[in-house]
Amino acid sequence: MAELDTSSGGGKKGGKVRSKKASTRVDLTAMVDLAFLLITFFIMTTTLSKPKAMDVTMPDKDEKQLDQLPVAASRSLTLLLGANNKVEWFVGEPGKSAPETVDYGKDGLRKILIEKGKEIQASTGKYMVVLIKPSDKSNYKNVVDALDEMKITSVESYAIVDITPDEVGLLKRDGNY
Amino acid sequence: MPRVKVARKSTAIDMTAMCDVAFLLLTFFILTAKPRTEDPVPIDVPSSTAEVPLPEEDVLLLTVGQGKVFYTVEGTDIRKQTLTQMGEKYNINFSPQQKQVFSGLQVIGVPMNKLQGYLDLDADRRKTFKQDGIPNDTTANNELADWIRESRKAVASLHNKPLRISVKGDNKEEYPTIKKIIGILQRQKVNKFSLITSVKNAPKK
Repeated sequence: MAELDTSSGGGKKGGKVRSKKASTRVDLTAMVDLAFLLITFFIMTTTLSKPKAMDVTMPDKDEKQLDQLPVAASRSLTLLLGANNKVEWFVGEPGKSAPETVDYGKDGLRKILIEKGKEIQASTGKYMVVLIKPSDKSNYKNVVDALDEMKITSVESYAIVDITPDEVGLLKRDGNY
Repeated sequence: MPRVKVARKSTAIDMTAMCDVAFLLLTFFILTAKPRTEDPVPIDVPSSTAEVPLPEEDVLLLTVGQGKVFYTVEGTDIRKQTLTQMGEKYNINFSPQQKQVFSGLQVIGVPMNKLQGYLDLDADRRKTFKQDGIPNDTTANNELADWIRESRKAVASLHNKPLRISVKGDNKEEYPTIKKIIGILQRQKVNKFSLITSVKNAPKK
């Protein structure tokens, strides 16, 4: 350890100047205390984890829909996000097939998505198109959950679409609005 | 036979190394520190399996909670430029001092007609000031849309990069509020944006 010679030459007595040996070690305990206190402060006041972002791409709302390909009803799965964390789903056009109500999560929405995805792939040979239609009674978490399920079940093609009055009617009929 | 003497040892430990480590860590934390921004309304972010971190620059953040929308944009130069442009648009002359204050602010949630008064408040009073969100509606020209448009212009002119727009919403926020914001973004042909989420473990497949 580097030590400073801080001893003052004691020159009181005549004769030889004898330097008094004094320990020059500084007690660093207090300094370490302070340093750790500041570290704690900085850890507490800063955000360590950066926020994660989920990218959403909305369908283009261009008025002139020239280059849009129609999607066969048999390939589309519609999710109606209703109140009280419930989802209704049906394949094809509204009103033609009876919607079913499920919950979000592993045994509800995810199971449906995986099953139907396989079914549609097998029957039409093409990937499934999922339309997410949040109703006014659903909340933000529902939308994020639905989008997240798309990512988990690796649905290739999905979109957030506005709900139609007919579909709101379906939700109302089943008590999910 | 001489008695065995127990050598007296000093109990003082050499603190130098510990001190070095402590200050090294301290320096690291100070340099990487980014102060936590306080949300004006309590926001409980939904979780998802998304793992893409949000970039630090050229980001516009719309905080949505309790039906109110708050606006944040990164970068003091961008904020200053945006305010200047907004002032031109709304015929409000912001003083250099007000611009200075604005460039240091994180979250903005006051309507344009109250903005000058808000900027003139001192820092403590500004903290307790109840912000009522940036007005937004479904028409093509509302204040929120203008803020977004002017920030996009400012980022494009100053940094020559597209502005990335992200939405940070509360779990319980009702969908119509979100729908309105999406509508505003879509009307400006912003079809790609990010939703801020917290991390949830991806399920095993």
